[in-house]
Amino acid sequence: MSANETAEPTRRDFLYIATGMAGVVAAASVAWPFIDQMRPDASTLALATVDVDVSSVEEGMSITAKWRGKPIFIRNRTAAEIEEAKEVPLTELKDPIARNANIPADAQATDIDRSAGEGKENWIVMVGSCTHLGCVPLGQSGDFGGWFCPCHGSHYDTAGRIRKGPAPENLAVPTFEFISDTTIRIG
Amino acid sequence: MSAGHSTYTPTSGLGRWVDARMPLPRLVHDSFVSFPIPRNLNYAYTFGGILSIMLVVQILTGVVLAMHYTASTLLAFDSVEKIMRDVNSGWLLRYLHSNGASMFFFAVFIHIFRGLYYGSYKAPRELLWILGCIIFLLMMAAGFMGYVLPWGQMSFWGATVITGFFTAIPLVGEWVQQLLLGGFAVDNPTLNRFFSLHYLIPFMIAGVVVLHIWALHVTGQTNPTGIEIKSKTDSLPFTPYATIKDALGMVVFLLLFAYFVFYLPNYLGHPDNYIVANPLKTPAHIVPEWYFLPFYAILRAITFNIGPIDSKLGGVLAMFGSIAVLFFVPWLDTSKVRSAVYRPWYKLFFWLFVVDAILLGWLGSRPAEPIYVVMAQIATLYYFGFFLVIMPVLGLIETPRRLPNSITEAVLAKNHGSAAAHPAGAAAAPETKA
Repeated sequence: MSANETAEPTRRDFLYIATGMAGVVAAASVAWPFIDQMRPDASTLALATVDVDVSSVEEGMSITAKWRGKPIFIRNRTAAEIEEAKEVPLTELKDPIARNANIPADAQATDIDRSAGEGKENWIVMVGSCTHLGCVPLGQSGDFGGWFCPCHGSHYDTAGRIRKGPAPENLAVPTFEFISDTTIRIG
Repeated sequence: MSAGHSTYTPTSGLGRWVDARMPLPRLVHDSFVSFPIPRNLNYAYTFGGILSIMLVVQILTGVVLAMHYTASTLLAFDSVEKIMRDVNSGWLLRYLHSNGASMFFFAVFIHIFRGLYYGSYKAPRELLWILGCIIFLLMMAAGFMGYVLPWGQMSFWGATVITGFFTAIPLVGEWVQQLLLGGFAVDNPTLNRFFSLHYLIPFMIAGVVVLHIWALHVTGQTNPTGIEIKSKTDSLPFTPYATIKDALGMVVFLLLFAYFVFYLPNYLGHPDNYIVANPLKTPAHIVPEWYFLPFYAILRAITFNIGPIDSKLGGVLAMFGSIAVLFFVPWLDTSKVRSAVYRPWYKLFFWLFVVDAILLGWLGSRPAEPIYVVMAQIATLYYFGFFLVIMPVLGLIETPRRLPNSITEAVLAKNHGSAAAHPAGAAAAPETKA
């Protein structure tokens, strides 16, 4: 044996290693479809956009739409609620990032950047799924007048920003746009 | 498979014919008839047999229920109601299955506590213990996925919260969660795959149970003294002694099971699960099944950031850690003495741990209010302290009580009140023991 260890690799050694490597590649390429089939399928991905008519949502009201199997909160905030959210200094926020898919990823969590933007500040559109473990927070409740998650006690303010409790992030704002004055397209 | 050599002698011609070709009767004889067991096993040692029976109950009722169940979000809830109302004896089979899961976990908790009390995990039984931990993990996966199948509110939101754990993983968390769900939220693909896996896992458990019993029969059983079998007087044959004792344990356990099935079939469930799943409305108070409550309390106890780890990831790590730590118990316990019977301090801390685990379970069922959170934090601290501090340190500083020389000596001391007076040879006929 010791003679073999010092000898140059033979053609047979090369064939063993090459065959072994081919086997590994083959096993991995067979394993991939088994993993890949678990991912969201074409019909799930096809539910990419929904249009929501918000003409009947008066000031102070909110509705819940459904997008990708998750609830979407659409709230027409009152002037007092907007004022309340604006007055909060950014240093007091647990998560200072806007988490708004419509603006740059590093934008600050100011009230304007959480809302539907200039002129539509009264509108706030968010994925109604608590950033802790995905429960649906209850609207118009909690210590900050925004949302309260009953599962593990996360409190969100009127701009949907996490203020107290275990959730790590502000409620996510999905990609959306007003395609008319009264219709929101989500996704 | 047995620790000693085989004593099986086939008596019939057919028996000899089979034995020369595929000696399954010999394996059964050596494992469950002539296998030597310590003579001093108590009823805490009957739970292995009870668990085997519960696995069979779950597989039998589960296979039958699957004949009537439909894994579709549109039909699942109704198909379960159909089992309850229309299928002949369906109500009985479903209550056996749902309460059977609870009984299975109840038995496994006693089995684990017994192992911790008598030091069953110590060398040379580390792999035996680890295989048990793997079975426990598989049971938890099966229990969780099974609870999703009726597609009630607790099914849906339990699945949402538990798959949400994976979003705590940095960078790939979202991707992993979508891989588990087959979508962006719990939906039809999730229900279908959970049904498939729920059907698979019990058979995986059965496979690991075979390894668990194999490992047990290589090392032999522990016993309340923690002393290995040294001579023939220390042991008895498995049949009839263990067979009958296990059978009585099973009968009493099945009585308890029957009491729940016939008189309190929904006591361990949650009424919200009789409301069909609604993805837009979370129940006011989500609780998992009772057997997950201690781990759920640990999850919720981490409400603060630990350095770079935020509270969400911290909670998930603590919860998984509370089970992962079990795998390391054989090396965390530094004591040379196996059984708590001879370890006065360990005995005290062990019973505190039992109380702590039950307290965590109760706290897991409470709403997330400040007083309960603080209590859960203290209880979580003791849970990890027991394994990570008390176990290693106590083994080094504790003075154990004097160990008897053999199992026989310990048994006779108990029966006659004077151990040392009896030489070990005096118990030469243990079969006549009262």
